[in-house]
Amino acid sequence: MLDNAQPLLKVENLHSWYGESHILQGINIEVAKGETITLLGRNGAGKTTTLRSIMGVVRKRTGKIQFQNTDLIKLPQHRVAHQGIGYVPEERGIFASLSVDENLMLPPSVAKNGTSVQEIYQLFPNLLERKNSPGTKLSGGEQQMLAIARILRTGARFILLDEPTEGLAPVIVERIGEIILKLKSKGYTILLVEQNFRFAAKLADRHYVMEDGKVVDHINANELTEKSAALHKFLGV
Amino acid sequence: MFEALGISPYQLYGQLVLGLINGSFYALLSLGLAVIFGLLNVINFAHGALYMLGAFGAYFALTLFGINYWGALILVPIGMALIGVFIERTMLKRLYQLDHLYGLLLTFGLALILEGAFRHYYGSSGMPYAAPKELQGPLNLGFMVLPLYRAWVIIVSLVLCFSTWFLIERTRLGAVLRASTENPILAQAFGINVPLLLTLTYAGGVALAGIAGVLAAPIYQVNPAMGSNLIIVIFAVVVVGGMGSILGAIVTGYALGILEGLTKVFYPPASAIVIFAVMAIVLLVRPAGLFGRGE
Ligand SMILES: Nc1ncnc2c1ncn2[C@@H]1O[C@H](COP(=O)(O)OP(=O)(O)OP(=O)(O)O)[C@@H](O)[C@H]1O
Ligand SMILES: [Mg+2]
Repeated sequence: MLDNAQPLLKVENLHSWYGESHILQGINIEVAKGETITLLGRNGAGKTTTLRSIMGVVRKRTGKIQFQNTDLIKLPQHRVAHQGIGYVPEERGIFASLSVDENLMLPPSVAKNGTSVQEIYQLFPNLLERKNSPGTKLSGGEQQMLAIARILRTGARFILLDEPTEGLAPVIVERIGEIILKLKSKGYTILLVEQNFRFAAKLADRHYVMEDGKVVDHINANELTEKSAALHKFLGV
Repeated sequence: MFEALGISPYQLYGQLVLGLINGSFYALLSLGLAVIFGLLNVINFAHGALYMLGAFGAYFALTLFGINYWGALILVPIGMALIGVFIERTMLKRLYQLDHLYGLLLTFGLALILEGAFRHYYGSSGMPYAAPKELQGPLNLGFMVLPLYRAWVIIVSLVLCFSTWFLIERTRLGAVLRASTENPILAQAFGINVPLLLTLTYAGGVALAGIAGVLAAPIYQVNPAMGSNLIIVIFAVVVVGGMGSILGAIVTGYALGILEGLTKVFYPPASAIVIFAVMAIVLLVRPAGLFGRGE
């Protein structure tokens, strides 16, 4: 899969549970520094659960989640982000009791050289205009921008993005695509969950396909055409 | 104008000030209760007992160590905060995974133990605690004269309530607290140390109860039952204001204190129940409380 360089993230034989339900059943994923990787798969395949397990939001896990030299499974939940990881959750997670500006400033810095607030407001002028309104008064697209912006501020160089385009208008989807490409060109490492395969195909270096809590296929960007039949079967499109 | 009703303005002002004093304590205590409930989801039944402990703290500081009122006003809240840290770390922390009821039962048990122990050693009659020299004597406002110490209590409680509100609603630490109240799991995913915040919040709430106890010592005397007399009213205030609402606890605390004072003037027999009548009405009309967000 990868060159022999040590990957930034190495998930080995990861099993996860919600209470008694055994959801992830032995996942293996590797992400090298600077790569953009997607997790593809149908509804309920376990993509979100994979990201939540990495972040420690899902606590009941076995296996290994090696990030740089740390096994994330062994960390208390609030220490994971401080390894330099940013999380943009599926539900976006904008806090209703915080203003836009407070939402932006909320996550503690986890590394030096995070994007400055000034730069962020340049990048997302809508957010500046709505600086003082409650976070959840923003449109869906603006909330997604805010969810991404607040992570960039922290200096995290490894970013988990869970379906950032879900339910958004095409222009906004395009805008988010541009942002991801820009981050990629700046050397960020990105693990992206997507249902929108066309969108993912333009961005990612490699794709993992998930089904029923397992990784069932792995596709390099240059294999997309030859594997499209198999992919259609898995994604059910 | 009230003379027609057979009420002198002095009586009216007197009861208003008394209402404002009671309201100051209602506000300070329900504020702590609301902050604790908001973040920890624990209904802190021990709040009244901790208030009593604060008053005893001032009494012990003076009688055992010769530390005067001003010293107690600084040291007691610090000591109480440490007691709060101890209670949270060793006991409450274990209950977060369980139903609210367990936190309530634990703190109720703590209240019974504390109050029982103090009643055993100090009986049920109060011990006097003098107001500091600097705050003895009257304050003439022109239209009325009130004891200087009472004016001091009203001012200190207003300042404390405003500061707490400001801290929570207008500062970075407050934003972190609000976020952790709203979605603790996501806050932790961002790297916020929520367990530490829970400890600090409980300690802060307990410290507020401790300050209220010190402030109360010269007014109500130091009495093992002073907390249990108050806690039920405080719960009513929190329910009326809206569980977990900071502003609700403060405004309702003062408002109900004043309402109670006015009832003493206009219809004394109802003064003991007016707060609970308001609570019943609010629960019927607006179950989430006057300032509650509801579901
Ligand atoms: N909180 C939960 N409690 C119990 N089961 C859950 C919970 N969240 C998800 N599941 C189950 O776990 C499985 C995987 O869900 P997950 O959210 O990871 O899927 P997904 O691939 O992200 O799907 P989608 O594309 O719809 O977001 C599903 O069967 C789902 O029903
Ligand atoms: Mg999902």
